[in-house]
Amino acid sequence: MAEKSELTRIPHQILAEAYRVGLSPSEEGRSGTFLHVDQNTIYSKINEFFKGKLELMDVKKAITEHPWLKDMVWRLIEKDKDEYTRKVAESFSGGYFMRILPQAEVTFPIQSCLMITEEGLEQRIHNIILAEEGSKAHIITGCLQHSTVNSASHIGVTEIYVKKEATLNFTMIHDWGKETWVRPRTAALIEEGGAFISNYLCLKPVKDVQMYPTAVCEGENSKVSFNTILYGHKDSRLDIGSKAILNGEETRAELITRAVAGNSSQITVRGLIEGNSPGSKGHLECRGIILDEKSLIHSIPELIARRKGVEITHEAAIGKISETEIIYLMTRKMSREQAVSTIIRGFMDVGIMGLPKHLEEEISRIVDLAAGS
Amino acid sequence: MSFLKVEGLMVKVGEKTILEDVSFNLKRGENYVLFGPNGSGKTTLLNALMGVPSYEVARGKITFMGVDITGFPVDERAKLGISMGFQNPPEIRGLKFSSLLKLCAGKSEFDEEDQKLIEAFRLTEMLDRDVNVGFSGGERKRAEILQMLLLKPKLLLLDEPDSGVDVESLKLIASELQRYTESTGSSALIVTHKGDILEYVEAEHACVLLDGRTHCFSNPKRIFEQIKSLGYEECVTCQKRKAVGWRNG
Repeated sequence: MAEKSELTRIPHQILAEAYRVGLSPSEEGRSGTFLHVDQNTIYSKINEFFKGKLELMDVKKAITEHPWLKDMVWRLIEKDKDEYTRKVAESFSGGYFMRILPQAEVTFPIQSCLMITEEGLEQRIHNIILAEEGSKAHIITGCLQHSTVNSASHIGVTEIYVKKEATLNFTMIHDWGKETWVRPRTAALIEEGGAFISNYLCLKPVKDVQMYPTAVCEGENSKVSFNTILYGHKDSRLDIGSKAILNGEETRAELITRAVAGNSSQITVRGLIEGNSPGSKGHLECRGIILDEKSLIHSIPELIARRKGVEITHEAAIGKISETEIIYLMTRKMSREQAVSTIIRGFMDVGIMGLPKHLEEEISRIVDLAAGS
Repeated sequence: MSFLKVEGLMVKVGEKTILEDVSFNLKRGENYVLFGPNGSGKTTLLNALMGVPSYEVARGKITFMGVDITGFPVDERAKLGISMGFQNPPEIRGLKFSSLLKLCAGKSEFDEEDQKLIEAFRLTEMLDRDVNVGFSGGERKRAEILQMLLLKPKLLLLDEPDSGVDVESLKLIASELQRYTESTGSSALIVTHKGDILEYVEAEHACVLLDGRTHCFSNPKRIFEQIKSLGYEECVTCQKRKAVGWRNG
C-alpha cells in the first residue's frame, strides 16, 4: 500500500480528465486501477495489499492467459444482438477483465476509466467481470471523452458473472460530449445467493445514449438492483433502461431511476421486471422532474409475472419542481436559482446506491458539480 | 421610524380576497400577538409579509425598517432579516436536515453554540435525515423554530407555534424564542388560535383578525382572557369592533 502510484507516468492531463469520472489519480483508497485510452490499455495494476484477491488486466491478455475464459465471452450477449454488438464482435481494441477471487473481500473499489482522446474515434470495448464465489467488491468505472474532443462514439460490451454468494457493486459514470453517441451493451448473470448492484450516472451533455442492461437472477435467493440517475442537457437524448429477469426462486429485483430533463432534452426510462419463479419479487420506480417546456420524460415500465406467487410493483411520478419547496428554501435566504439547484441536487440522491461512505462522498462531489452547472 | 408597518393590506389568494384591510405597527424589540379564529386569514397575513407569491397583495403597503418591501421577493425579505416558520413545512428528499441547518446558519460546520441549540431542541438524531421526512408534528415544529433562530432574523413570523406540540416542547420553543428576542432585540409576530404560548412568551401588543380585518388592539393577556372566557363567537358579535374608534388602533 505504501508504494508510490505508477499512474504518475500517465500524462497529467489524462489523469485530470479521468478525475471527472471518479478516478483517483493517487490510487489512494483503490484496490486496482485500469485505464484504456482510445484503442489501448495503457495501465492496469493491482495495489500490493490486494494481490491474491483479484485479477485485473486487459481482456485480450486475459483470454490468452485463461483458456477457460473463451466460454464466458459472448455467452451473456449475442454477437448478433444488433449492429453495435456485431461491430464489437468484428473487432475491438480491448477492455477490462476483472476477476475477484473466491471468498475475497476487496474492501477498496477497483477503478477503471475508458477514455477517448481522438476526434471522431469509434471506440469498441469488450469487458468481462467475474465475481467468484463468496467474493465481495465495488467497482467504479468512468467512461468519458477528453474535453478537447468534440465528437466520438463508444460501443461497450460488458458481461458480468456474479457467482454463488458473491456481492458485486458496480458504479458506472458517463461524461461524454454533446456530439457523441454511446451504445453500452451489458448483461449480468447472478447465481444462487449472489447480489448485483448496478449504479449508473449520466449527468453531462451527450448527443445520444441508448442502453438496456439486463440482469438474470438465475440462482435461488439472488438479487439485483439497478439505480440510475440521469440529467438531460441541451438536446441530449437518453434512452436508458434496466431489465431484471427473475428465474430463480425467491429472487429480488429493485429498479430505481431519478431523471431530470432540462434544456430540450429527451429522456426515455425503460424498466422491465419479469418474474418467472415462485416467490420472486420486484419493484420498479421512476421519478422525474421536467425543467422546461421543450424537454420530455417518457417512462415505460413493464411488469411480467409468469408464476403464481410472483409479486411485482411499480410506481412513477413525473412533474415540475414543487413551488412550495422552492419558496421554503427562499425563506432560508436562498435565491430562486440556488433553491432550484438544491432541490435538483437532493433529487439526484446518491444515497440510493448502496455505496460505502467514502465512495458515496466522491460520487456526491460529481453530482454536486453537475447540479451546479 | 416604525420597525414593521402594515397599512391597509388587501391580500388575495387566486380570485378570493382573504384579507380586506389589515393595519398594524410593530416596534423593534416588541412582540406582537395576532389572535383569530380558524380561517380568519392569520396564515395568509404571515405569508403576505414573507412575500410568498401565491399571496397577492392587491392593495396596501408593508414597510420594514423604513423600506417599502411590498414588492420584494421572499429571499430579499429573508436577507433583510424576516423569517417565517411554516405550519406545514414541505419534505425535501435528498437534502439532509443538517445541510439545511448549516445553510441557515451560513456556516460549513456547526460551532459549539449551534450544537447546544440543536441538542436543546432534541433534534440531534434527525440531522442525518432528509428535511422533514419522517419528522413527527412536534419535531417539525421544533425544526422550524430552530432554523429560524439559526437564521438570526430581526423579525420572526411564527405561525401557531403552540399548536400540535406537547407542553414540554412548547416550553422549550417559547423559552428559546424569549431568550433570542430578548438578547438580540428582535421582534416576533406570533399567530395563535389558542394562545397557549402567552404563558411563556412576553408580548406587548395584540389584535384580533376577523373578517379579513384587524380589530381590538389591546393588551395580549387581556384579549386572551376574554377569548378564553367568551370564545371567538363574542368577537364575531361584538359591536364595539364595528365602531370607528376600534379600527386600525
